[in-house]
Amino acid sequence: MIVSLMIVSLLPFFLFLGLYLKSFLLLHDYHLGNLLFSKEWKPGIGKFGFYPFIVGSIWVTLLAMLISAPICLLSAIHVTQFTKKHVLRIMHPAIDILAGIPSVVYGLWGILVIVPFISRYLGPFFGVQTMGYSILAAAFVLAIMIIPFILNILIEIFRTIPIALKESSLALGATEWQTVKHVLVKKALPGIIAAFGFGLARAFGETMAVLMVVGNVVKLPHSVFDPGYTLPALIANNYGEMLSIPKYDSALMFAALVLLGVSLFFNLIMHFFIIRFNKY
Amino acid sequence: MGGKAMINTKKITIKNLNVFAGKTQILKDINIEIPENKITVIMGPSGCGKTTLLKCMNRLTDLYPELKVTGDIRINGNNILKAGEDIYELRQNMGLLSQRPYPLPMNIYNNVAYALKLRGIRKKREIQKMVVHYLQQATLWDEVKHRLREPASRLSIGQQQRLCLARGLAVDPGIILADEPTSALDPISSQYIEQKFVELKNDYTIVLVTHILRQAKRIADYVVFIYLGEVIEQGTVQEVFENPKMEKTKQYLSGTFN
Repeated sequence: MIVSLMIVSLLPFFLFLGLYLKSFLLLHDYHLGNLLFSKEWKPGIGKFGFYPFIVGSIWVTLLAMLISAPICLLSAIHVTQFTKKHVLRIMHPAIDILAGIPSVVYGLWGILVIVPFISRYLGPFFGVQTMGYSILAAAFVLAIMIIPFILNILIEIFRTIPIALKESSLALGATEWQTVKHVLVKKALPGIIAAFGFGLARAFGETMAVLMVVGNVVKLPHSVFDPGYTLPALIANNYGEMLSIPKYDSALMFAALVLLGVSLFFNLIMHFFIIRFNKY
Repeated sequence: MGGKAMINTKKITIKNLNVFAGKTQILKDINIEIPENKITVIMGPSGCGKTTLLKCMNRLTDLYPELKVTGDIRINGNNILKAGEDIYELRQNMGLLSQRPYPLPMNIYNNVAYALKLRGIRKKREIQKMVVHYLQQATLWDEVKHRLREPASRLSIGQQQRLCLARGLAVDPGIILADEPTSALDPISSQYIEQKFVELKNDYTIVLVTHILRQAKRIADYVVFIYLGEVIEQGTVQEVFENPKMEKTKQYLSGTFN
């Protein structure tokens, strides 16, 4: 048991180490800041700037969170506090089915529905010419994908709050909404943050569905209607090809390392917040 | 009977109260009159419907859609079970102490301030003064005056229960509903609460649910004995404890109940 525990806890470390060693070739020749913040991506002539990918990833992820977080929070509150129990019984399987759909299918749905919708309606509505393959399309698809995951956790969290706490607030003459706002959400806050962090990590690492709709253009996006490129998509699209280009292999490993690093960073922030709000 | 004279004004009158959960009947035809400024103890074995009865009085039964409540509960003359009754105002008229203290997820100060704000008090100064007042009333002030900004969950369970009392008093109720408020507490904290109740009954009508006979005997003025959802006997503490009329009451009081 101790051995298995050690393996599990050391795994992230070895993963990090392995990726670091593999990308060492690149790190040896280039300045780290240059790699992270340079906008030029021309592997053919030895220019490896990861900035567009990093920015693309962050935009897509944050936008997806922005869309899904309020939906998840409000639905979880509604389902657990304001509806009869059988609603939850119907919703649970529906959420599980959504969670089980492969990401390729979401990607396909994105291509067939979201992309045309953006190019034909949403873009023109805002006076923007767009192909539809864009940061926004990826964010939409991602948001839909992570909703079931976040929602499932949130529902569980709200269900574990003892009903007597709710009664305590109501017994003081508080309305249901005051109780939700001042008591329940506050009580659930560490869990809510954890749920959002989980969704964020998933969104950040999602590869297939995003690369199908994001456009895969190495350019710094200026609006959400611009196409972009994400780190996971970069690795998935290129690994195994063009490895004749010097250091290309190493560069992709570096992309993976950045991906891991950013995930870790998100994780740390999340834990900080959980501890910060866990005092009640 | 000498005891009868002390039962004066009726604060709460319960008439033909029935509560169903699906097909099972939790409370059967309850008729109780609860006197003002007295401690009325509702006693009976666990699961006999005491808590449900209490929750009917401040309409927390609304939270359980599976419960069907019929009958009449009159407080100051109004039937509070009637639709359209302002349940928020109704609940503000009653402080609730539950079996275990549930401090709100806030600091100690805000636990009381929350209740004050619900009452519509907005001025910071006034809130400050009243928080102190109610913490003093619950005999908690001296223990927490240096740590008002700490999370309420860091208090001991006995202190938490007194904080809940302060919070309950802060909505300025006329009635205190207490559902086995000492069952999770150590003897000393229990004593605090009991003493407090005896002091508070001059200004409040107290309804206390308990299964601790000695507690009932110590502080009750009026006793209602409930068994399996039915009122078996009710009367002053002397009547019920010293001269019980019903066989079941006798058995329960002597501990030979089965």
